[in-house]
Amino acid sequence: MKMVKLTINGQRIKAEEGTTILEAAQENNIYIPTLCHHEEVTPYGACRLCTVEITKNGRKRLVASCLYEVADGLKVITDSERIATNRKMLMELLLARCPNNKAVRDLAQKLGVDKTSFKLDDNDCMLCALCVRVCQEVVGVSAISLVNRGVNRAMATPYFEDSNVCIGCGSCAYVCPVDAIKFEDIGDTRHIYWPNNKMEFKLKKCSNCGRYFAPQAQLDYIIKKVGLDPDAFDKCPDCRD
Amino acid sequence: MVKKSNGRLSSPQELEALRESIIKSRDSSQSCIVICGGTGCLALGAEGVIAGFKRELKERRLENKISLRVTGCPGFCERGPLVVIKPENILYQQVKAADVDEIVSATVKGSIIDRLLYVDPDTGKKITYESDVPFYKKQERLLLGSNSNIDPNVIEDYLALGGYAALAKTLSMKSEAVIAEVKKAGLRGRGGGGFPAAVKWETCRNAEGDTKYIICNCDEGDPGAFMDRSLMEGNPHSVLEGMVIGAYAIGGHEGYIYVRNEYPLAVKNARIAIEQAEKMGLLGENILGSGFDFSVTISRGGGAFVCGESTALMASLEGKVGEPRAKYVHTSEKGLWEQPTNLNNVETWANVPLIIKNGADWYAQIGSPGSKGTKIFSLVGRINNTGLIEVPMGVSLKDIIYGIGGGIPEGKKFKAVQTGGPSGGCIPEKLLDLPVDFDELDKAGSMMGSGGMIIMDENTCMVDIAKYFVNFLEGESCGKCLPCREGLKRMSQILTDITEGRGQEGDIELLERLSATLIDTSLCALGSTAPNPVLTTLRYFRDEYEAHIRDKRCPAGVCKELVTYSIDKEKCPGCGLCVKACPSEAITDMGKKKPVVLDQEKCIKCGACYDVCNLGAVIRK
Repeated sequence: MKMVKLTINGQRIKAEEGTTILEAAQENNIYIPTLCHHEEVTPYGACRLCTVEITKNGRKRLVASCLYEVADGLKVITDSERIATNRKMLMELLLARCPNNKAVRDLAQKLGVDKTSFKLDDNDCMLCALCVRVCQEVVGVSAISLVNRGVNRAMATPYFEDSNVCIGCGSCAYVCPVDAIKFEDIGDTRHIYWPNNKMEFKLKKCSNCGRYFAPQAQLDYIIKKVGLDPDAFDKCPDCRD
Repeated sequence: MVKKSNGRLSSPQELEALRESIIKSRDSSQSCIVICGGTGCLALGAEGVIAGFKRELKERRLENKISLRVTGCPGFCERGPLVVIKPENILYQQVKAADVDEIVSATVKGSIIDRLLYVDPDTGKKITYESDVPFYKKQERLLLGSNSNIDPNVIEDYLALGGYAALAKTLSMKSEAVIAEVKKAGLRGRGGGGFPAAVKWETCRNAEGDTKYIICNCDEGDPGAFMDRSLMEGNPHSVLEGMVIGAYAIGGHEGYIYVRNEYPLAVKNARIAIEQAEKMGLLGENILGSGFDFSVTISRGGGAFVCGESTALMASLEGKVGEPRAKYVHTSEKGLWEQPTNLNNVETWANVPLIIKNGADWYAQIGSPGSKGTKIFSLVGRINNTGLIEVPMGVSLKDIIYGIGGGIPEGKKFKAVQTGGPSGGCIPEKLLDLPVDFDELDKAGSMMGSGGMIIMDENTCMVDIAKYFVNFLEGESCGKCLPCREGLKRMSQILTDITEGRGQEGDIELLERLSATLIDTSLCALGSTAPNPVLTTLRYFRDEYEAHIRDKRCPAGVCKELVTYSIDKEKCPGCGLCVKACPSEAITDMGKKKPVVLDQEKCIKCGACYDVCNLGAVIRK
């Protein structure tokens, strides 16, 4: 594994070739704000909060640190007046989009933004696409996607109808950094609430303790994908050996 | 020289022999009626004229004496449908199907139809020959000039003009030498960025990867721009030839033409050209017997503006959603399907054969120090001669707008010109002497873009114009990154508020702050250049913003919410012209010699009364 040497805020750092500035910073406990990054999925570069200033071959420029790969001799500044001004403006835009969202409000406050100059909308979803990427890359079912273009962009199942491929696993809710997707299990049913629609999934009952423990569709998907015995999930994790 | 049985040319010598036989078989003294079949003239009724000529020539049994050629756009769209009688080059303008009979008769007799000639508005004199029309006279039409000599569906027409000779020459050169020639010529990309084409080719050539792709970007999406469409419609072989030369230099064997499906004629003509070139051995396997293979496939785009951006275009080509990605790794190293990919736009490719054929030194003497060659512009908006023009780079805006464009209609005053499409900038009158090239336009806060030029007169509100472009971009933003999606939405809201009388102190500063963040943090060039219309109008027309915000007044009288119309009782003789013109029955005739009465409640502020009153009795505030 080839290592490269760079500096972040003057601090000398070694990082594996091919990693991004953001990853290198995180490994060295240097804080760069971000909302759309998750180590399990492909970097996307949507929120732009992780913008940093780099100097390469004597040239300064701003880049998204979640996408820019480390290189020998790279100088990175993670916070400057220009960066801070931009991050504040981005937070103002986000705060106007999601004024009632706690996670957004908390981050805004952390970055020194307590109000926005723009008219208030009322969304929870900030369109970071983490849910979509997890559904596609980690779960492998692509039940949800970002639909429409520009200001009409929305996170949804195809045609806003019930998805026939969603397995109800809830990974989208788990990964959402602003809790815009929620799910709850009530009795024998799992309810998933997306920003634009909701779905219900029947839960599997444990043959031993009688507890409802996971969506049947999810268990079927795992059995099929891994090639397990059809009875593999007859019992809940607690009752299994 | 005998052609191979499959009809494919197997050497440059065979190509030259074929060219000679085509030229020999054509009688250059024979009359030819040339009619523009480009989209503009078709919209003005050229189809009926073409059908008329076909019928007339057949009925009179003149098909062997007078030939008919339907061509691509020569540029003078304002005066279409355009007909040129060759070899004399007599120009007939605004030709109707009813004129066909007379034109055929006059062509037989060798006479000229006076009433169909173009009248020079400056001198009032009629002009007989195409080359004497000021609109054409002041241009240098290296690319567009061929259009009227070529039926885009007849490859022989292109060959007769020396077509594919540059390709033959290329195949005898080393690929490095081809790149060196293009570099020496100083060719810069015509798609918007103005990046040196040869540098991009070289990077792609040297990039690691077995497969290298060549792409022609024909996604032209700027409102009012039709340069690339007209080239692809009118002379598709010149684009193909450029692509083959580029592919040879780079070492690519597969190419794509990405063309928007709203350009059906460009799609059709490109497709026919590909088939013809393949059949002749100028494309496909073993081109001209050289052993070099290169094939071209057409990919039709859905018409999203953002798909003109190279990475979004490639995503779309791969069958994915047309969204851009960061270009920290250049597409020339990792592009289509992660392979090194070289993308140039239509006009860039069309310039390549000229460079190879005539040499870099010849090419480099045309244009300005930093911007070589010619540039095609679409001249639209408030301009007398709407159309497509080609000029050496470095000519002044004034020469384009007044010399070629014929100035502003109805004697109105010029106010600004938007260059570079929706994400370009508005350039004011005081900069009319600006030489038009990549660097000078950048300095003025605008850009070359792909060559759209929208002319605006004194009746244009610059805040309203900025709003128009921002709204366009808001609608075309893919929505992936936050600054572009949310930023343009807010920019549009602020501009709407200002034009509707809800502007507040601080709005201008907020627009400027917002613009800075879009420039600094947007994922692609759509977002980072989107503030240009706002920033340039703020730079050159700040007083108009201030008038809207502080005085709740629109100086140009465009923003309805800020305009009121009233009748000057002293001046109004009660003629009733405005009463008839008013679409909302807001004006009442009070009888002869009595001033009319305007009902503010009913007034929709369309300005029809203001436009129709010759006595200045309608007051606009």
